[in-house]
Amino acid sequence: MARMKFLCDAERCIECNGCVTACKNENEVPWGVNRRRVVTINDGVIGAEKSISVACMHCSDAPCMAVCPVDCFYKTADGVVLHDKDLCIGCGYCFYACPFGAPQFPQAGAFGLRGKMDKCTFCAGGPEEDKSEAEFKKYGRNRLAEGKLPACAEMCSTKALLGGDGDVIADIYRERVARRGAKGAEAWGWGSAYGQPPRSGQPGAAPATPAGGKS
Amino acid sequence: MNRHLATAAAAFCFLCIAGCMEVEQVSNAQKQAGQTVRRDTNPWSNEPLAAGPGWKKGDRASWEEQIKKRQFAQHEDRRIYQ
Repeated sequence: MARMKFLCDAERCIECNGCVTACKNENEVPWGVNRRRVVTINDGVIGAEKSISVACMHCSDAPCMAVCPVDCFYKTADGVVLHDKDLCIGCGYCFYACPFGAPQFPQAGAFGLRGKMDKCTFCAGGPEEDKSEAEFKKYGRNRLAEGKLPACAEMCSTKALLGGDGDVIADIYRERVARRGAKGAEAWGWGSAYGQPPRSGQPGAAPATPAGGKS
Repeated sequence: MNRHLATAAAAFCFLCIAGCMEVEQVSNAQKQAGQTVRRDTNPWSNEPLAAGPGWKKGDRASWEEQIKKRQFAQHEDRRIYQ
């Protein structure tokens, strides 16, 4: 049984925001709502800056599901965490519970009034008729029902973002890291990310000492 | 006549009182998160697109097989080095 997950390879992500754009375009996500975003780690630290693409991680034991007072969340047979917008009351509990900041709330009016929660659906739509107009308007495109993977992962130019069954993408990542000749810090960097061992003095080679300070 | 009137008055009073009563609230200890929404369908229960990836409608195994192939298409190492 598949358990759908995302995995982002920080060594490969070039912060192009192609995944964000693909998601926005595929699901026609409204202005102000970002189902997916690229986060920079160690921003400005020379030699240590990395980026990862973050969205709903479709947790096996989802905290949003646990705290929802109206129980609008559910998990599909493939392990995708979805929610019913007809039940959602926009309370925001899920936003506080989620460690990834995945739940998004469109601004529905003045004074910060919140609309119904919106989040990454793993391109699996929601509790409406599959591939229907209603499903698209509320939840976006149902690519899984078309036999496809999420647009963000399939669009990723460097294949940093992998999407699919946790076992399969973990296998892909494991082989990738093994091909890099991962030995501790050698697994780090651009050169190793594409199967070539990094040469010392080149970008991607493991720094002797981490250079600190903001640029 | 008076007897019927008294009975009707008593029934009316009972209904008025009953309307003010509080409904008993019983906690459902068996309730589990994620069990309320049950109206979504599975992706493999759809007809595949004409020009898209194919599987047998309703057959979960065939859907999983083709989605697995799609997942491995993300593995460029396999494409390049074999």
